[in-house]
Amino acid sequence: MRSIWRTTTRVLGRDLLRDIGLVCLADTIVGISYGAIAVGSGFPIWAPMLLSVLVFAGASQFMFVGIIAAGGSPVAAVAAGLLANARHLPFGFAIGDVLGKKWSSRVVGSHLMIDESVAFALAQRDEERRRAAYWVCGIGLFVCWNVGVLAGAYAGTAISDTDAFGLDAAFPAVLLALVLPSLRDRAARLPVFFGVAVALATTPFLPAGLPVLLALVGVLAGVAAKEPAEREPEGVR
Amino acid sequence: MDPMDLIVAGGVLAVGTFAFRFAGPVLKARFTVSPKAEKLMARSAVVLLAALVAVAALTEGHEFAGFARPAGVLVGGVLAWRKAPFALVVVAAAATAALLRLAGVP
Repeated sequence: MRSIWRTTTRVLGRDLLRDIGLVCLADTIVGISYGAIAVGSGFPIWAPMLLSVLVFAGASQFMFVGIIAAGGSPVAAVAAGLLANARHLPFGFAIGDVLGKKWSSRVVGSHLMIDESVAFALAQRDEERRRAAYWVCGIGLFVCWNVGVLAGAYAGTAISDTDAFGLDAAFPAVLLALVLPSLRDRAARLPVFFGVAVALATTPFLPAGLPVLLALVGVLAGVAAKEPAEREPEGVR
Repeated sequence: MDPMDLIVAGGVLAVGTFAFRFAGPVLKARFTVSPKAEKLMARSAVVLLAALVAVAALTEGHEFAGFARPAGVLVGGVLAWRKAPFALVVVAAAATAALLRLAGVP
């Protein structure tokens, strides 16, 4: 265990480990609020825990709990949650390599796929760092998220409003910081611009999760525009 | 709600979510992917993450999220653009939103 840790520290470096740790800390606090909200709205303590371990996708968990607490049907709650998580399919295509070839590591690694672990992996340039960042972030978030949810469920409504701490701004800021280097690549800007515009324009009308998926038409726009992709160095890879 | 219904609903969500996550790596390993397709997939992930940033920063449900949150994200984004340390980016984004709310900005 010690040697694994030492290897990881060497590959990632202290700075990146600290960055990942910070994200884990922020997610712990969000987990506490999720646990507190779920129990506060009448769920038994095991319910938010079960979702956190088995689903492990914050936004869809909040949605699931919110819809059922508001009297919605389980079918509606599952459908909304699945729609919110559909973006993991293209994520898997993008970072599939970092999971390794063994089936066991593919199964475990797939379960650890979450916005932050994908973003941290994509932000690394070489293969070894990419893999280490994905696994450390994924495992760290899994542990912290579940510990947070457990604490929140027991502490009741200790922190029910993470907005007061500005944590709702921290999540997009984290992703933005991780994605920015990819945007320095010119060829990526047009697809991103189109994608963001489509997602924002459709958010008022469509169920949550769908607008983000629709952003993929931005990629098609990029292909149609035939950008000089061959000559440009790719920011992501 | 009946505990059994809750377990079944949670289980279906868990299985469906896992299927989404698992399909990409498995399908990708099964087929040989051209470098061009590979590049498109990496770009798709960037586009999805960027859209997620925009939607999470600006909206809450179907509505505008108010000014405090996007202001915080903007401060974080400018700091990240200027290559400030990651910790500063995150803390500044959260602190900006929190302070604005404290001052009465929604």
